[in-house]
Amino acid sequence: MTADKVDPIHQFNIVKLIPINIGGYDLSFTNSALFMVATVAVASAFLYLSTSSRSLIPGRLQSVSEMAYEFVGNMLRDAAGTQGMKFFPFVFSLFMFVLVANLLGLFPYFFTVTSHIIVTFGLAALVIGTVVVYGFMKHGLGFLKLFVPHGVPVYLLPLVVLIEVISFVSRPVSLSVRLFANMLAGHITLKVFSGFVVSLSALGAVGVAGSVLPLAMAVALTALELLVAFLQAYVFAVLTCMYLNDALHPGH
Amino acid sequence: MFVTSAFAEEAAPAVEGGNTGTEGATQSSTGVPAKAPGTFPPFDPATFPSQLLWLAITFGLFYLFLKKVVMPRVGGIIDVRNDRITQDLDHAARLKGEADAAVAAYEQELAEAKTRANAIGQQANDAAKAEAETARKKIEAALDQKLGEAEARISSIKANAMKEVGTIAEDTASAIVEALVGGKASKAEIAAAVKSVAR
Repeated sequence: MTADKVDPIHQFNIVKLIPINIGGYDLSFTNSALFMVATVAVASAFLYLSTSSRSLIPGRLQSVSEMAYEFVGNMLRDAAGTQGMKFFPFVFSLFMFVLVANLLGLFPYFFTVTSHIIVTFGLAALVIGTVVVYGFMKHGLGFLKLFVPHGVPVYLLPLVVLIEVISFVSRPVSLSVRLFANMLAGHITLKVFSGFVVSLSALGAVGVAGSVLPLAMAVALTALELLVAFLQAYVFAVLTCMYLNDALHPGH
Repeated sequence: MFVTSAFAEEAAPAVEGGNTGTEGATQSSTGVPAKAPGTFPPFDPATFPSQLLWLAITFGLFYLFLKKVVMPRVGGIIDVRNDRITQDLDHAARLKGEADAAVAAYEQELAEAKTRANAIGQQANDAAKAEAETARKKIEAALDQKLGEAEARISSIKANAMKEVGTIAEDTASAIVEALVGGKASKAEIAAAVKSVAR
């Protein structure tokens, strides 16, 4: 039982809460799904309730909602111009979803949705899918100019196009792995240092005294993870904006 | 000892995480079912369909909710505020313009009043000066006239006196001659003598 408590991987286990099996696929409502619902519920409730008074002079919570809104809005406008604002709801949803999922994961015993690569990959695939579909819809085959930069000598073109294609294909991978790896590594480190505290304390008075160090480390790491939670949501949103800019203006 | 076990458990997934590409291959080749011991949970493909489905449901609903409800509301709040600020700024600018115009009008009126006051003062000054001048002239003229009259009277008195001086001298001379000489000198002679002496 104690081994379970110190096991840093245990927190990533998926537990079926309501088993659902359709067509041979396991579509159970799991703890991961529960925390997705929680993420959406918390984010929606916060945004909805904090702005419900529609005050001309915002209170603290309304300020937070407005700041998030304008933060993402400015980010998208800077990266993709005013044409990019049609993707504002999409980017804002992504940012809020990732941010709230990351922050919720910081609570002890809470599951971190974004620490599973399939979730981050799903979001990244959604972004790249949007870019590809919108790019071809808007520019037709002209979207392929994305892979042909201007001013490259003809004899270098095959190589450059190959590199561009590889970099484009690696985007969903890097986008998803970055978020996933950050959350995973952070939570493992936190768990390991917290585990030190428990195991050292079991060794008696000297151990209890010694456990102060990993405890301080765990506190500092929690602060760092708070920063990482925000930063990764920001990075995810910024990169989404830049990829959407490629869909809007493929000619570099 | 718990510490070492924790490290051991962490080390295994770290190696797995390092080669993501081979992960799927080993999974499929060995055909490990879900919840197999030693499978790193985030790389367990058995959980993928469920996670993707619930991600699609939750994120889709979240997207719709934000797009339909939250974002129009927040955008509306911000727009209303910006409108209100520009409106207030316009109002302030208009009021400032009005105040400036009032100040300008006041200053112009002040300047006009000053020039008018100066003109009135100047006029009064001039009128007073002119009046004083005429009064002075009148008095001077009257004085001159009186002076002339007085001079005329003096000269006439003087002439009379001079005329009488002759006759007195003649009388006195005849009396002196009579007393000294005892004879009578003729009037004509005395007169001639007096005239010669008077000269």
